[in-house]
Amino acid sequence: MDQSQPLPHTTPSFLAANLKYLLAGTLFGFVAIRSEIISWYRIQEMFRFQSFHMYGIIGSAVLVGALSLLILKRLRVKSLEGQELSLRPKDRSLPRTVLGGTVFGLGWALTGACPGPIYALIGSGFSGFIVVLVSALLGAWVYGTVRPKLPH
Amino acid sequence: MGIFSFLSEPWPWYVAGPLIGLTVPLLLLLGNKSFGISSSLQHICSMTGDKKPYFDYDWRKVGGWNLLFVLGIVLGGFVAGVLFANPEPLQVAAATQSDLAAIGVETDGKLVPTSLFTFANLFTLQGFLLMVCGGFLIGFGTRYADGCTSGHAITGLASLQLPSLIAVIGFFVGGLISTHFLLPLILSL
Repeated sequence: MDQSQPLPHTTPSFLAANLKYLLAGTLFGFVAIRSEIISWYRIQEMFRFQSFHMYGIIGSAVLVGALSLLILKRLRVKSLEGQELSLRPKDRSLPRTVLGGTVFGLGWALTGACPGPIYALIGSGFSGFIVVLVSALLGAWVYGTVRPKLPH
Repeated sequence: MGIFSFLSEPWPWYVAGPLIGLTVPLLLLLGNKSFGISSSLQHICSMTGDKKPYFDYDWRKVGGWNLLFVLGIVLGGFVAGVLFANPEPLQVAAATQSDLAAIGVETDGKLVPTSLFTFANLFTLQGFLLMVCGGFLIGFGTRYADGCTSGHAITGLASLQLPSLIAVIGFFVGGLISTHFLLPLILSL
């Protein structure tokens, strides 16, 4: 290993550099529980078109997100670390979004959880979601393994 | 309304939705990060040292922030769900309650039907299909689609990316198939 380079990701400095994201995640997890977007029943209400709650949340989140992005761009704000702000562009492949999106949707309605809620539910003590997380990791691993054979 | 009761009561969509939307600029401002959660699954696989191209990268550098973000979500879930637990039972739309009762799911006032999603249920056919197969589809699907609800439905739509709109339509197609066809089938087994 090259010892002349300082290792910015040895444990203490790695944690120090990323602690702000731990706090941001904690806030997000708190909101996820209070908004009940992590509830299997809320997801059922949504896919049965029997409550406005989830549509209101996703719609207002997108609107506020879009307005914030517009303002940040207009004011040419930089990040705390001085970077120009840019979002990672999503892969434009049609098979990926159509097939992958549909496969995820199947799992979302069965478990009532997307990845964020899985983590929040584990924190709230719903131990069954440890099983869901491990299975999701297996799914991600299988995707990474069979990826060369899938249409992209 | 006291601060404690505000912190433990369910928040209406017009409070929670904007707060979730603000996660997008928050992560950009903190360090130019794109809000997305399912990539954490790829990073955890990468941590195992897997040498396949999809997992062979410096997970600390690329995904360290994301892994701490999802660790935070677990913590936030603990704070909101345990320390500030809502003492009231979950309110569910009457129409949904009766639809679910018809397929044998009782509305028990918890966030998740505890009769279905427990460790013990892992060894029943229904529990296996819901938790293991459901979880597998989430992991496989979100990585194939290059994002989940946070990355596509929130960040992608907020930045007007066409692939995200297509992905979100896919999420709904899959969700409707599961809700109206697969779920009744699984629960009738």
